[in-house]
Amino acid sequence: MIVAETKPLEQIRQMLTRHKKVLAVGCGTCVTVCSAGGAKEVGILAASLRMAAKVNSETLEVDEAMVQRQCEVEYLEPLAEKFAGYDAVLSLGCGVGVQSIAQHLPEKNVYPALNTTFMGAPTEQGVWEERCQGCGNCVLHVTGGVCPVTRCAKQLFNGPCGGTEAGHCEVDEAIPCAWQMVWERIGRLGLIDELMELQPAKDWSTSRDGGPRRIVREDLRLPPDDEDYGENAT
Amino acid sequence: MSSFEPRIIAFCCQHCAYAAADLAGGARLSYPDSLHIVQLPCTGRVDVLHLLKSFEDGADGVLVAGCLPGRCHYLKGNTHARQRVDYLRQLLDQIGLAADRARMINISAAMGARFAELATEFTQRIRELGPNRLAAPLQSPATESPETAS
Repeated sequence: MIVAETKPLEQIRQMLTRHKKVLAVGCGTCVTVCSAGGAKEVGILAASLRMAAKVNSETLEVDEAMVQRQCEVEYLEPLAEKFAGYDAVLSLGCGVGVQSIAQHLPEKNVYPALNTTFMGAPTEQGVWEERCQGCGNCVLHVTGGVCPVTRCAKQLFNGPCGGTEAGHCEVDEAIPCAWQMVWERIGRLGLIDELMELQPAKDWSTSRDGGPRRIVREDLRLPPDDEDYGENAT
Repeated sequence: MSSFEPRIIAFCCQHCAYAAADLAGGARLSYPDSLHIVQLPCTGRVDVLHLLKSFEDGADGVLVAGCLPGRCHYLKGNTHARQRVDYLRQLLDQIGLAADRARMINISAAMGARFAELATEFTQRIRELGPNRLAAPLQSPATESPETAS
């Protein structure tokens, strides 16, 4: 899932200084699951903003709304009338959600209430860790299901660096060495010989280095209304 | 300010604090009538949003009273409640209300006298902090509550 955390209240208050009536909008998917932008967090943030404004003798009305998926316009359209009644929208969605709302409401100020942090998983209740950087060219089949792009601080592809110590990364003792994990897992799977094969330099053009990425699935696209089917037309 | 009688919402676990409050009453021990008790099956039911809304609706203080550490009938409800109260206290500071307006206490059903003592102590602290500005009409700088005075 996409993991995010709430920005400091003061930073959000600073963003909203020009506005009097704001709609705080949560998202029902990733950020609900990571307890950053679900209905409860919208309630807490909206109440905190209302209270802070009142304590500081400011006028700020903050109402609450939820969208099942902020990143899809189909879910934003039913809220069109609601959006119209506010000076600004405060999105508790990930960066994708904020941008989707901003694109959907070209005349309206849309602000992020969260810092979108990474794609990851909960490792225990209340703890999330990064697991994927979306490099666009997955190598998990080679590394036994442990991602060296994400979990090795140096993104090494051919074994650990000299900084690994007792299974931990030199960057932070709390970080397990990705290559130690790869080695142990591949060993359990009996695939050490395959791991010994040298990996060529990775082609990063599928990652961020090639600019913003786009996937097109022709089989899923909607045909244009005036599609000419020629002789196959019935 | 000396005549100020705070409104305090006390979220009390039915297995301990609620029974302790009952015991205090039965034993004719007095504690401030500023306490408005909300009975809960366990303080683990308490959510940050409940506590925050109490302040937004004008409560001067919020007390969460759960079982003694390690004695929760649902294992860890009181521990979760304490974590939430700690989080709420940070939020209150960011909002500009004093963190001391929220407090978690742990007592057993047999501690009626201690309940009365802690309730009195907390009420006194809230009296010192003054009224919640969210409920009271906005005051002039000369009379504002200590938490907003610079």
